[in-house]
Amino acid sequence: MNNSHSFDGQFEFKGKAKTWSLIMIAIGVIGLLFGFLTGAGERTFANLLLNGYYISCVCICGIFFCAVQYVAQAGWSASVLRVPQAFAKTLPYAGIILLVIICAGLFITHTGPNEEGTSTTLPYLYKLWALKGVTTPGNENYDAVITAKSGYLNVPFFLIRLVIYLGCYSLLGRLLVKYSNNEDELGGMLNYNKSFKVSVIFLVIFGFTVPLFAFDTIMSLEAHWFSTMFGWYNFAALWVGGLSVITLTLIFLRKNGYMQWVTEDHLHNLGQLIFGFSVFWTYLWFAQFLLTWYANIPEEAAYFYRRWEPQFKPWFWLNIIINFLTPLLVLMARDSKRKVSVLQVACIILICGHWLDYWQMIMPGTVGPQSSWATEIGPIEISIFVGFAGLFIFMMLTALSKFKSLVPKKHPLLEESLHHHI
Amino acid sequence: MSSTKYILGLFADPDEMMHGIDTLQKNSVPIYDVYTPMPIHGIERKLGLKDSRLGYAAFMFGCLGGTTIFSMAYYMLVHDWPMNIGGKPAFAIPDFIPITFEWTVLFTAFGMTLTFFYATHLFPGRTPRVMDFRATDDRFVIAIDAKGNIPHDEITNLLKEAGAVEVKHNDRKYVSYE
Repeated sequence: MNNSHSFDGQFEFKGKAKTWSLIMIAIGVIGLLFGFLTGAGERTFANLLLNGYYISCVCICGIFFCAVQYVAQAGWSASVLRVPQAFAKTLPYAGIILLVIICAGLFITHTGPNEEGTSTTLPYLYKLWALKGVTTPGNENYDAVITAKSGYLNVPFFLIRLVIYLGCYSLLGRLLVKYSNNEDELGGMLNYNKSFKVSVIFLVIFGFTVPLFAFDTIMSLEAHWFSTMFGWYNFAALWVGGLSVITLTLIFLRKNGYMQWVTEDHLHNLGQLIFGFSVFWTYLWFAQFLLTWYANIPEEAAYFYRRWEPQFKPWFWLNIIINFLTPLLVLMARDSKRKVSVLQVACIILICGHWLDYWQMIMPGTVGPQSSWATEIGPIEISIFVGFAGLFIFMMLTALSKFKSLVPKKHPLLEESLHHHI
Repeated sequence: MSSTKYILGLFADPDEMMHGIDTLQKNSVPIYDVYTPMPIHGIERKLGLKDSRLGYAAFMFGCLGGTTIFSMAYYMLVHDWPMNIGGKPAFAIPDFIPITFEWTVLFTAFGMTLTFFYATHLFPGRTPRVMDFRATDDRFVIAIDAKGNIPHDEITNLLKEAGAVEVKHNDRKYVSYE
């Protein structure tokens, strides 16, 4: 080995990182209680769904990142793989949290107006299609559009699908982590080849199911509306959001004296991916917007009409501005991708930006407009986001600290990664 | 006064050539340029080359393309011959974005290619000029401007010691494929 790095150091999860993540979780719990106790139950549930979906997506992105690297037989990333692997290890927990939120939202009910405005018993989440009697002709909640979709969009099949998606991703992610750990012990090409195969299988399953995952979890909140672009649009958000979290994690680990073999060249590559896929995200956002705007068919335009309400419009535009202009203006230059402080700020902006992206996908169709645009994002939104960020940091760093080494020591392409120059 | 214009050190191995660059730099011999059949990692940094300015050219061409088509579309669809398309306003910015994007990309791509050809004298139909034929095949060539770099024999010895398989003293800067 032609390098001076010691690979035996394990990550220790303690001190400031642990304290702060626990404080953040506490803030989230306070926000949660505040939401329920002040009678904003539906809003709190919408926020829980938002953040549960966000951290699941970030974890899925970790597996997707590993799988892409293995399938492309990429060498540059070998030395950073432990971070996305820690994300992969976190997915089962994040997935269970998401499922618990969705089950609670489906089965806990409250009284509120249905689509026609009559007062009825509604579930907290997916009230449009999961309320009682929605498919029974003559019932006050009967909805012909939902009835036509109910062969696919019904509660048992919905939950089965979610379990299958999250279960498949978690399982394949676990396998990738397991092979990588075995590789550390045994060396050789056997585990690399196995990882390659699992990655191929994952990418095929992921490619077909990730749009459905977005359709089910988010698009069905406004079940009268549909867009075939929505799945890929969500995939782009998942990929950019996840890459930003991976990059930010690497930057923080480096600052705390870990992973010193990660150079500005690796960060440059990650910055390029973030930049490129932010443009891809904008492309999909615009493709969805332009066609809807041009055709102006009422059932399609309903989605944007809701986001055109004065309470949502500023956020709607802010979303495209920060998620497109930040990477375009900040990350286009080579030097800014290689400068840790700039990249760090860009990542933080993009992480918040994609939170806002998910926020404006979810809120207009669930909670609806509040009194003014400024109160749309209030203490509940912020504290629950902070809480889930803390939860993710806690779970992910715990998973990371379980690895015996912070680098796949016997990865066949490790040398290439350690001498990566661009 | 010798008629030598350029001294070329031909190496058979990239590592030996890198060693040759080190030796020359240690002896304060300025290097004119290095020609290799394949890209070599870290050579830009070693030679202290400045970053390429092609990116700036690309950016300018992109701006030019975007502006050109946006103005054209504006003139045609808003000013000269406004049409009612699906009841949309004549100046419908979302409609203009795809074509603006496409022209930006088109101008960037062609502009970059032409700038590159211009900067490297590589226009199609023009016979390329090289300092040594084998630099595109199996030799790694360090070129030294002979003017002012004397004594030439010492440079020759330095290159030989560093592992050059051949040292040429050329009276002309370029050989041509003609």
